Amino acid sequence: MALEILEFEFKSAATQGINKEWSHFGVTGSGDLEVLMEKKDLGGAVKAKVVTPVKGFDAVWEKMLGKFVDDTGVGNVSIEINDDNATPIVVYVRLRQALAEATAKEVE
Amino acid sequence: MEYKGITREWDTRKKDALERAKKAAPYVKEGKIVDAKDTVALMEAVIKPFDKVNIEGNNQKQADFLAKCLCQVDPAKVHDLHMVQSVVALPEHLDVFEKGIAKKLDMSFSGAQAGRISQFLQEGKLELGAIHTYLELYGRYFLDLTPRVALVAATMADKDGNLYTGFSTEDTPAIVEATKFRQGIVIVQVNEIVDKLPRVDIPGDWVDYIIKSPKPFYIEPLFTRDPALITDAQVLKGMMAIKGIYAEYQVESLNHGIGFDTAAIELMLPTYGEELGLKGKICKNFILNPHPSLIPAIETGWVESVYCFGGELGMEDYVAARSDIFFVGPDGSMRSNRAFSQTAGHYAIDMFIGGTLQVDPYGNSSTATANRVAGFGGAPNMGCDPKGRRHASHAWLKCGEEYGLKEELWGPVRRGKRLVVQLAETFREKLAPGFVEELDAFILAKNANLPIEPVMIYGDDMTHIITEEGIAYLPKCRCMAERTAAIRGIAGFTEVGMKADPKETKRLRELGIIKTAADLGIDITRATRDMLAAKNVYDLVVWSKGLYNPPARFRSW
Repeated sequence: MALEILEFEFKSAATQGINKEWSHFGVTGSGDLEVLMEKKDLGGAVKAKVVTPVKGFDAVWEKMLGKFVDDTGVGNVSIEINDDNATPIVVYVRLRQALAEATAKEVE
Repeated sequence: MEYKGITREWDTRKKDALERAKKAAPYVKEGKIVDAKDTVALMEAVIKPFDKVNIEGNNQKQADFLAKCLCQVDPAKVHDLHMVQSVVALPEHLDVFEKGIAKKLDMSFSGAQAGRISQFLQEGKLELGAIHTYLELYGRYFLDLTPRVALVAATMADKDGNLYTGFSTEDTPAIVEATKFRQGIVIVQVNEIVDKLPRVDIPGDWVDYIIKSPKPFYIEPLFTRDPALITDAQVLKGMMAIKGIYAEYQVESLNHGIGFDTAAIELMLPTYGEELGLKGKICKNFILNPHPSLIPAIETGWVESVYCFGGELGMEDYVAARSDIFFVGPDGSMRSNRAFSQTAGHYAIDMFIGGTLQVDPYGNSSTATANRVAGFGGAPNMGCDPKGRRHASHAWLKCGEEYGLKEELWGPVRRGKRLVVQLAETFREKLAPGFVEELDAFILAKNANLPIEPVMIYGDDMTHIITEEGIAYLPKCRCMAERTAAIRGIAGFTEVGMKADPKETKRLRELGIIKTAADLGIDITRATRDMLAAKNVYDLVVWSKGLYNPPARFRSW
């Protein structure tokens, strides 16, 4: 089955950055997804790349990711998502959890 | 005024029953016992064309041997039967229509056979009376749908026809009482014939024939939910339900639906519920089948009582050992009774909470799909505001106080409202939307030529909808436009949610008509399976101290 590759860019207030250069959260299992976050100087913006087997939900992805950026104020991050049929809420919760992971202070 | 009496015989049903019994006499052995091999001949002797016939079949227990035998009668002798039965679950329940033995059907729930009913309706093989709720159908057994012949199932019988229905009593008393006391005929398949029963659930003089089935009756573990399959999204909705509804209204008495959403809630009482200090304040009295997922809450002292519609495979020993909680007979085994459970669920509980497939912008909730006549079972009995209720409780009064139309409709009288709560996901697996502008029930009504749309819960009975986006507190709304806005506000990225006006959604949040997880003070990153008191079926066995004995299909160890 061909995978869809979707790319989005969001402007952000960029009130929150991430601490780790690179972080990973979640598993691409059925109904779930993995989120990779990379710290990048994007002039405050957020870039997102989504790889998903589901067709026809571009607008939902865009709105969901936009909501995540608006709700958190996160900026200067490149996000990569590898999805396996996750529902929007699972996507949103995983993004929040991935952000918590990426902003956690490194254990010395 | 001259009165005209009529001249007629007043005991034709009794005489007819005696005549049928005469024809059946050659097949009767000792007492009321008939050999399994003579069952078809017995049926041909006692069932006449156009009879109303009940085959006991409900969510779990099935009179499956008798259902098979009815398919084997000669359609030249037995035809045009009117089947009146709560659940159409087995292929045989519809084979009788295919073979021309039965013509008309009145039922309540069909599940696995739902697609075939729809097909038969379109092909003209089946005439549908109505799709009822359970209580409504039991009511009609005593009104205008009294069975002439009932084919029921019991665990054990003695030779005099006394029955032990035990753990899985379910519908048997309602069917037998209606049938026998209107001079009908009661045929029972049993797993065993014994000299002495553990207890008598149905007296022998209400029973005509006893048949030892070649195999024990089929029973489905319908209410067992493996905690391993509960998702984080269900945990989130469960946290929102516990904090935003159970705690908010202090819901003491309730029924839980069958799905994973409510199983998650049961498993979070000892964790999240404990953390919120709710023990002793909520979830004390349940009308519920013996759900294995309730074991941790029982073992940690949350639950005072549970009355059951039917049994659940594997829970026999656990229930027997907890007779302070469950309703247990003098013999030590549980007694269930669907009619009484439904009565309690309809009139007495504070809240019904369950899952749904589709909600429309008016708050109507339906599990019907375009080509499946699935029915409702008991959900509409519990998922409604019973206007016959006259006792007050905290939850009921609070919901009534919040009702935005109370001045307009109730005047100065203090009244309450049943909480009817639906857990919906904006998108389910395969991204099927949980919110739609028009319910599939409308297409089904057209396809199956039904006089009304089969809506499970009517919008004006629905009080709260919970999605991952938030909770809509519908009684607080003062008009339909506000209700619809509240529903759109929690419908996420579905076609219904996309039409939400963000300004209106914000206003409704300020009024407390919509509350998001954040508004409720819930940290959504905590919504993980770590919240569950049991993570798999084995954990449930451990919680039960080894008393729960799960069916093989749930054992992975």
